[in-house]
Amino acid sequence: MSLELFSVGDPIADTAAPTDVPIGERWSERKFRARLVNPANRRKLSVIVVGTGLAGGSAAATLAEAGYKVKSFWFQDSPRRAHSVAAQGGINAAKNYRNDGDSVHRLFYDTVKGGDFRARENNVHRLAEVSTSIIDQCVAQGVPFAREYGGLLDNRSFGGTQVSRTFYARGQTGQQLLYGAYQALERQIGLGNVETHPRTEMLDLIVVDGRARGIVARDLITGQISTHFADAVVLGSGGYSNVFYLSTNAKGSNATAIWRAHKKGAYFANPCYTQIHPTCIPVAGEYQSKLTLMSESLRNDGRVWVPKERGDKRDPRDIPEAERDYFLERKYPAFGNLVPRDIASRQAKNACDEGRGVGPNGLGVYLDLTDAIQRLGRPAIEAKYGNLLDMYAQITGEDPYATPMRIYPAVHYTMGGLWVDYDLQSSIPGMFVIGEANFSDHGANRLGASALMQGLADGYFVLPTTIANYLADGPFEKVDETHPAAVEARQAVQTQTEKLLSINGTRTVASFHRELGRLMWDLCGMERSEESLRKALDRIPELKQEFWTNVKVSGEQGTFNQNLEHAGRVADFIELAELMCVDALHRNESCGGHFRVESQTPEGEALRDDENYAYVAAWEYTPDGTPPVLHREALEYEYVHLAQRSYK
Amino acid sequence: MNLTLKVWRQVNPATKGKMVSYHVTDVSPDMSFLEMLDVLNEQLILDNDDPIAFDHDCREGICSSCGLMINGIAHGPQQTTTCQLHMRSFSDGDVIDIEPWRSGGFPVVKDLVVDRSAFDRIIAVGGFISAPTGTAPEAHSTPVPKRDSDAAFDAATCIGCGACVAACPNGSAMLFTAAKVSHLGLMPQGQPERDARVLTMVAQQDAEDFGGCTNIGECSAVCPKGISMETISRLNHDLLGALRAGAVPAS
Repeated sequence: MSLELFSVGDPIADTAAPTDVPIGERWSERKFRARLVNPANRRKLSVIVVGTGLAGGSAAATLAEAGYKVKSFWFQDSPRRAHSVAAQGGINAAKNYRNDGDSVHRLFYDTVKGGDFRARENNVHRLAEVSTSIIDQCVAQGVPFAREYGGLLDNRSFGGTQVSRTFYARGQTGQQLLYGAYQALERQIGLGNVETHPRTEMLDLIVVDGRARGIVARDLITGQISTHFADAVVLGSGGYSNVFYLSTNAKGSNATAIWRAHKKGAYFANPCYTQIHPTCIPVAGEYQSKLTLMSESLRNDGRVWVPKERGDKRDPRDIPEAERDYFLERKYPAFGNLVPRDIASRQAKNACDEGRGVGPNGLGVYLDLTDAIQRLGRPAIEAKYGNLLDMYAQITGEDPYATPMRIYPAVHYTMGGLWVDYDLQSSIPGMFVIGEANFSDHGANRLGASALMQGLADGYFVLPTTIANYLADGPFEKVDETHPAAVEARQAVQTQTEKLLSINGTRTVASFHRELGRLMWDLCGMERSEESLRKALDRIPELKQEFWTNVKVSGEQGTFNQNLEHAGRVADFIELAELMCVDALHRNESCGGHFRVESQTPEGEALRDDENYAYVAAWEYTPDGTPPVLHREALEYEYVHLAQRSYK
Repeated sequence: MNLTLKVWRQVNPATKGKMVSYHVTDVSPDMSFLEMLDVLNEQLILDNDDPIAFDHDCREGICSSCGLMINGIAHGPQQTTTCQLHMRSFSDGDVIDIEPWRSGGFPVVKDLVVDRSAFDRIIAVGGFISAPTGTAPEAHSTPVPKRDSDAAFDAATCIGCGACVAACPNGSAMLFTAAKVSHLGLMPQGQPERDARVLTMVAQQDAEDFGGCTNIGECSAVCPKGISMETISRLNHDLLGALRAGAVPAS
């Protein structure tokens, strides 16, 4: 590949994991070797936590419980509104309550395989180990998980597994888990252990003598730009699916915190690994502002199909069984409708590309609960999925109990994120990254019900141990707003804000965001090719140029100004989109959610190239328009044998 | 369809607000209510007017950032969140009043945006089970009868949107507080703090600028999650129980 798009730097390695002991002992060993901070010294140490989702909320609560001085930042009005609240289906844990052969090793194996062998073994194994403690913790907090009549916890299945290990609370598992973390955080706030910054957005990272020491933030109500300092900074600010404009993320979800930290030196890993979720409500019109997910759990009972004939416009209920193609069951008899998300999405796309798609624009496939309703009865289906089906009816105006739902893939999650080591520390010492904001556990494809597991594993159990190892060197030299690094960072934010408001062009921020999203979906979406990516890389710099000369942002800096907030986020999305395309172009293989048309098996499945691409691509930002620098972290598989994924 | 919107505009908490009329045209019935406002806002921006501020985030009915008084009904004509309300609920030529939540406990920030942090403060004093990370016993060590667990879940689905307060003629936050008291009080894990919880949460509710509950029930009628009035009975039961057991009221 041409060198002008990027250059290659030194390889990097994760040196935090104790690889001198077997994988099952590494996390215990790391905890043992990590330095401790005695309780009396903790109150002298402060930690900034950005975000209050499952990762940020659980981390802030746990660090405050431990006795550290926590400063918590969130952009919504309440920490309870972080987008983790919208997660529906469930959370995995290797409890083996079903006695169906589950174990820590199997969860580890399924996750590495599900991620198409592009995740780090050490991190994934730790995740599987910690998973069982998460369920214990949440039950102790009063999370009302689904239970059976005997009073014990119920489970269901998710894609890419053959065991039932998913714990759930109807279709609102994320909400209930988040409220558990939120309540724990509020308890600490009530006790005076957390300094709170509601409706405050992080706009830059402050790095002093090579260490992350603070952030620049804007108060979204007053518009005031201020600096905040601590001994360590934790980012739990979520993923970047909104690069695509239309996604299942909340409207406010953004990449600004991680992108600006990236520009301050944090490596960005695998930005092209995005997850397209197979079961979302199809786009209805040009005005559409977001897409809504229908939980993967519906594939436990729902069957996915399209008509066998192209252009069959009959009412689905009138299409006889023999004229339907249950394409997932046909192609993958072993896993059926519960194949991993990347596979289900691509097969749905293929069916539509063949002209067999359903709905007004032909971009949809059926998800049919008829068999399950006949088998189990409507009350049982209502109890399992009631809120999801209500939501579907509300949005589409159709009754999912009476007629098959129409679904289509949509961007849902980003496996890429800031590079971290086994301690969840980024390439900037003192800055830790947790949850979806980091890259570490899901490889090239995340399995269902694993995001909640990772967010809570990081926040409750991993970070509180590993950050202590770092803080044991503190407290660090006091820094305040007069430090040159803080003055400079703050001034840069001020300048950018003023610039955005001064352009006063002719196009709205939303119109740029829509154009970027469309471009990324068409050229860097479910399928990518050298041709499409080069096209995107031609167009994005033009769009960036146009944005900075022709955007129209209303209002002023020193007021509540939602249009200004959006403008800053879109500016960052445009830059991130470019890096995503460079990463996608450089990775000339298909793996998980990254499907390069040039690299597929004769059956059209993703074809990996382990010889050349079994590595994490960690990108270093270089200013002044020079191409990013690629640092490779080699992935080694000691415990899971590298193989072509098969779900047949 | 074509609609007339009468929207509450208020620059900041210190300035007096007023209703302002806007005309929107070519509204599709498949649009959500907030998408209709998005389209209006883009037009306002291009016309050098100040776009209407309103809170919104997930747009799938769960984060509860959004919440508008639509024709005098919290969240509008359907019993759902504002983001899940679609324009098919309206007809061509309709005039629609759009206002923020109105309550002493929810001061206006700007236009349709209000400050609901009082809810967080009610949670902070007692809306939790104290279970510091790492202290939990094995999840199956305490079975929970399915009936209790399901009832707890129903109460726990409260999204904290504040429609109950906005709908209540007294501006009471009782349904919100009662939902959390019920959720945690129904779980065996919630028993040790049950008395203290209800006392502190009710005291905090009183300390915020909310009114008292007179069992009108409008709160439950507009609640997007259908939180039942039974939770209020449960709160009163717990409160009396705590006081009868000799607890000293916190307010």
